[in-house]
Amino acid sequence: MKHALVATTAALALAASAGTVSAQSRDQIRIVGSSTVFPFSTVIAENFAAYTGNPAPVVESTGTGGGMQIFCEGVGIDKVDATGASRPMQESEYRRCVENGVTDITELLLGYDGIAVAVAQGGQTFDISLAQLFQALAAEVEVDGAIVPNPYARWSDIDPALPGIEITVFGPPPTSGTRDAWIELVMLDGCATFPAIAALKESDEARFEEVCQRMREDGHFIEAGENDNLIVQRLVSDPATYGIFGYSFYHENRDRLSVLSIEGVAPDIATIADFSYPVARPLFLYFKNAHRTVIPGLQEFIEEASSEEAIGDDGYLVDIGLVPPPREDRETARAAALGGAQFARH
Amino acid sequence: MTDSVANPPAPRFASVHTSPEARARLRRRYAAERRFRIYGIVAIALALGVLGVLFFTLVSQGYSAFVQTEIALDVHLDPETIDPEGTRDPARLQRVRYNRLVEAALREAAGGVAEGQERALAALVSTGAQFIVRDYVLANPDRIGETVRIRVPASSNADQAYKGFISRDVPENQRRISDAQFAMLDRLEEAGRLATGFNTILFTNADSRQPELAGLWGAVKGSFYTLLVCLVLSFPIGIGAAIYLEEFARKGRLTDLIEVNINNLAAVPSIIFGLLGLAVFIQLFGLPRSAPLVGGIVLALMTLPTIIIATRASLKSVPPSIREAAVGLGASKLQAIFHHILPLAFPGVLTGTIIGMAQALGETAPLLMIGMNAFITEAPDGLVDGATALPAQIYIWADSPERGFVERTSAGILVLLVFLICMNGLAIYLRKRFEKRW
Repeated sequence: MKHALVATTAALALAASAGTVSAQSRDQIRIVGSSTVFPFSTVIAENFAAYTGNPAPVVESTGTGGGMQIFCEGVGIDKVDATGASRPMQESEYRRCVENGVTDITELLLGYDGIAVAVAQGGQTFDISLAQLFQALAAEVEVDGAIVPNPYARWSDIDPALPGIEITVFGPPPTSGTRDAWIELVMLDGCATFPAIAALKESDEARFEEVCQRMREDGHFIEAGENDNLIVQRLVSDPATYGIFGYSFYHENRDRLSVLSIEGVAPDIATIADFSYPVARPLFLYFKNAHRTVIPGLQEFIEEASSEEAIGDDGYLVDIGLVPPPREDRETARAAALGGAQFARH
Repeated sequence: MTDSVANPPAPRFASVHTSPEARARLRRRYAAERRFRIYGIVAIALALGVLGVLFFTLVSQGYSAFVQTEIALDVHLDPETIDPEGTRDPARLQRVRYNRLVEAALREAAGGVAEGQERALAALVSTGAQFIVRDYVLANPDRIGETVRIRVPASSNADQAYKGFISRDVPENQRRISDAQFAMLDRLEEAGRLATGFNTILFTNADSRQPELAGLWGAVKGSFYTLLVCLVLSFPIGIGAAIYLEEFARKGRLTDLIEVNINNLAAVPSIIFGLLGLAVFIQLFGLPRSAPLVGGIVLALMTLPTIIIATRASLKSVPPSIREAAVGLGASKLQAIFHHILPLAFPGVLTGTIIGMAQALGETAPLLMIGMNAFITEAPDGLVDGATALPAQIYIWADSPERGFVERTSAGILVLLVFLICMNGLAIYLRKRFEKRW
């Protein structure tokens, strides 16, 4: 017994010392952030480790907002080095970063991702406008010049040309960058087409934002968590339901899903790259410049992430559904990222 | 019976126990008992049936993950590509892109390829093949210039097709292997280049985004380090606390309060411990995210109540006569406990500890909070390396869009179950082997 106790105490001390030693140095890059960027950042991490022989980075999927929170905790060996985002860093997030000493940030544009509205193969596809999407998914809509709680239960209630099935749409939760982009690109544009709501912008801006940004909560729009794959599985099991998620997830499941065209344009590499598909957003990685000289391999990781092998027209990220930026934009983004151009948002 | 003979109360029946009412009551009581037995059998059958369905689904979905399709390639280790200057410098050999060699060998194996079909052919072999070739070159630099036969894993899609999970009857645009690729696979098979073998990658590799390269080794090691920290913390602390509470603490309000709290702690949802770990160990103490050290500490908090309760119960079950005999012969209280009572209680303590550990091994929720669900392509080498654990690895695979991860998810669950069954089996063995009855 005595020996066992001595042994465990020794092991305990060893464990504690291992903890303190490691706090002095770290050789793994740590990345958090958007679940949309996750499939891309993990492939970059895997290739970076395989090609350069550096230790494999640790990549976590936390959502864009959650990633920003962790990223902006501060600078230091025990803080993360990079975060993925499916929208640009917001002003409030940047301010929080600066308050915590994360002042020197570099932004790398990876490429673009469309947000697709998809249905299982065999389900009904149709063309839908931004205004109709707003009518289908907002908590309050305009009917005959009055703003009322959303009365539409079926797609055909909005427009008889749409199918007569119940509106059931799975979408991302508020912590998701996909949700932020959806609000900005679909809901805000859609609601502005209604005169009574547009008039609110002048008279009562707070009310205008509430009407435009609140998704309905009566069971027709269902928040499905950060896990886009779960949405795909639910769609496949019920062809009368629709789902909102990143184009890359549609790309991976083309054999099981069909996609709706929005404003007459179906999402593909070309329509997302030239923004003729209206629901496209940029994907970013943010890096802490203060970590470049401290964390071994971080500079090389940025090189790998911005290389032609990754985000070029035939890059390995394109194979899994990323839409690459045009060549000139890639070159500017690469030069800025490698040189550590300081990012600011005021 | 003798009573009824002694004073006959009813005229027509010898006894109240044989009256028609009594017989009816008796029948009802027997019927109730039979019904209860049937309920019991139905309940057990239901539980076994559900378990059977679970196992059937897991095995039927997961068995195919234990074999992997491999392609045998005759790779020409072309010195022009690999090492034009002939320096044999490992740092340079490391950085060569070997995919050209792999693609050339694949073209040769498939007996040539039609114009414009190069990408379709290259998609049949795993993207990890180039690293297998690289590792071969790094290990045997003297073979550069020769042609060597190397077995490389097929890509996940080709693997699924060869295993027969992709039907050729489905319209071409709805499946992940085209007609041309099916033809290439057929040619490779005729040439004897395709074979399925035991999937060692599943047990030697860490995670990967390519299903055919993804393995459990990183997660197994992560779970091992996490459980090591958990055991080292919770075992001595738990036993110490239990001995003190059981043998030394004065019974009173305070000890009652502590006891109630320990019992409550055992019932706290595990996610709460994860939140605690995030707030205290990571944000306050600055320990690294995703580290087995933090995971182990969090799981130790969760395991402590189990160990304390089991230890106290087994201490209590040692007969007081042993303690009294020890003290009567002049042993101090401490000596009586450590020399006599604790050794006798040890089988129970070990059982409690192992079951606590098994619970900790299967726990996911608190690990998600402290970042142990991260994607890492390397197995951890220490307590503070980024790591994931077995159940978290299963969670990541279940999330992944690639089809090859479906079978790997089931295979991962099977591996986890084998570990759990082994641990519980060990607990049962120890109990049977060392248990004493008084």
